[in-house]
Amino acid sequence: MLKVEETQPVEFSSDLTAKFEEITSRYPEGKQKSALLPILHEVQAELGWLSPAAMDKVAAYLKIEPIEVYEVASFYSMYFLKPQGKFVLEVCRTGPCCLVGAEKLMDHIENSLGVKEGEVTPDGLFSWRGVECLAACGFGPVLQIGPEYTFYENLDAEKVDTLIAELRKK
Amino acid sequence: MARKLLLEHINVPGIHTLDVYRQKGGYRAVEKALKTLTPDEVVEEVKKSGLRGRGGAGFPTGMKWSFLAKPEGVARYLVCNADESEPGTFKDRYLMTHIPHALIEGMIVASYALGAKTSYIYVRGEMMPQIRILERAIAEAKSAGFLGKNILGSGYDLELYVQPGGGAYICGEETALLESLEGKRGNPRIKPPFPAIAGLYGCPTVVNNVESIAAVVPIINDGGDEYMKIGIGRSTGTKLISASGNLVRPGVYEIELGLPVEEFIYSDEYCGGIANGKRLKATVAGGSSVPVLPANLTLKLANGEPRLMSYESLSEGGFATGTMMGSGGFIAFDEDQCMVRNTWNFARFYHHESCGQCSPCREGTGWMEKVLHRIEYGHGKMSDIDLLVDVAKKIEGNTICPLGDAAAWPVASAIRHFRDEFEWHVREPLKSLETNYGIAKYAEPIAKPEVTTEN
Repeated sequence: MLKVEETQPVEFSSDLTAKFEEITSRYPEGKQKSALLPILHEVQAELGWLSPAAMDKVAAYLKIEPIEVYEVASFYSMYFLKPQGKFVLEVCRTGPCCLVGAEKLMDHIENSLGVKEGEVTPDGLFSWRGVECLAACGFGPVLQIGPEYTFYENLDAEKVDTLIAELRKK
Repeated sequence: MARKLLLEHINVPGIHTLDVYRQKGGYRAVEKALKTLTPDEVVEEVKKSGLRGRGGAGFPTGMKWSFLAKPEGVARYLVCNADESEPGTFKDRYLMTHIPHALIEGMIVASYALGAKTSYIYVRGEMMPQIRILERAIAEAKSAGFLGKNILGSGYDLELYVQPGGGAYICGEETALLESLEGKRGNPRIKPPFPAIAGLYGCPTVVNNVESIAAVVPIINDGGDEYMKIGIGRSTGTKLISASGNLVRPGVYEIELGLPVEEFIYSDEYCGGIANGKRLKATVAGGSSVPVLPANLTLKLANGEPRLMSYESLSEGGFATGTMMGSGGFIAFDEDQCMVRNTWNFARFYHHESCGQCSPCREGTGWMEKVLHRIEYGHGKMSDIDLLVDVAKKIEGNTICPLGDAAAWPVASAIRHFRDEFEWHVREPLKSLETNYGIAKYAEPIAKPEVTTEN
């Protein structure tokens, strides 16, 4: 459920709106709606998630109805419709990665962070989830961390512990 | 050593930069095409090469190009499908990471052949690092005059953009990809009209896989006839194979089509055999959507001849004893792997990725996941096995796009070849939670096409 304070108006920085303009220029005139997916990625990178207020502002910018933004944001699995941890660990959970230990790795992450899939740690730093195939099956298990989508390959419990410790220091 | 057309220079330091790529002969195809060939002559070379779509369907690329409608005054588009999401497939990501200019060069030549003035590379959103790599490479190509206005003085203009997706497997289906590129949900369109007539923004559009477009470069450099000499029969050229699972050396390999499957798995030039000294139990030869095969049918055809890595040989025997080339995602399972668990895992994937537009797929994928889950976790009934076959049959062929088939085939084929393992799960629910069924007879030589089980 969305809380009222989370729907408070948001402001987009001038850097962000400059990016919007560059993105929108890639498409023919009248087809600015094509910019929707890339723009939502930029908004999420800046704000951490897509609040209804942020989506409404995107709709206004692209001159489309808010529902056109909501239906897209809710269809694609990369967009977060509620706040996440500062670092979201997304572990591939599909077949080939499971052949080389992805399931054990997810159990380990759950224990290390002390939160279940989709939950945020009390300090707000971490959340994690299993995602479908990340197209790196030969280098599994793998995980990625947005908004840069930095990629970590050939993981085991030890490497993940080191990674989590490094992220804590950031 | 086998010939390499795409990955020849993969280990050259700095090959991701324009300078090094050009030192290794890069952008010769652009010069040759734009300065000496007409667009139709480029299409003709690709037709001659026999190149077949590398994304999974295997449709001849040159023929796809020749279907493109060319009404006066209407824009045409080339869209590259870089939404690589098929479990087991990671060749496009590999190519874009290491040799981005191979894709960009291919895009310029292909766009010229099709008369496109604006082209897009639709990359799955999770590949943000690859998107940054491509954008850098495009900027380099543009400042060297290979993109933009009047390329190499030929009078041809082209703008190339990278578009991120949002993390939806379905956008690998070409009409869903176009919907997504238009800023909408990735719901596949009803065909006809095909994209060649009405694609992006309702204009004639060609959608090609990354590897298909990159393959255009050696075809133009050396000629379609030379390309056709590589491979076997109608499987011409080289193919990138993504090898994963329980192998000594998983990774991306470029093979000449026609390589024996056994050599690919066991030779030191390729995967180096099964990891940890285990035995091979099963394979998925072309990405999760194609039928799974036991070890014996992977290495040999039902008649005992060796099976080859080619479109024809992999599908030899139809679905009874064969599989498909698909996207070239080759997954190997060792003797400790559970076919029920893997089938459940794939079923969960398709349930998660169904766009929800067609009822048989939306509901059926959920049912298959649920039933497989209960068999895997010791609550299955013997009748569940036939129930799964029934659900799979009712999805197959009854949906707008091939995701329904792709969800049905792994389940149907797992039961076809590993039924005794499913039955064992139902009969021995507690045991199946603690241990695995093992390799059973799956690697034994085939006596007859249909192996009966007595265990």
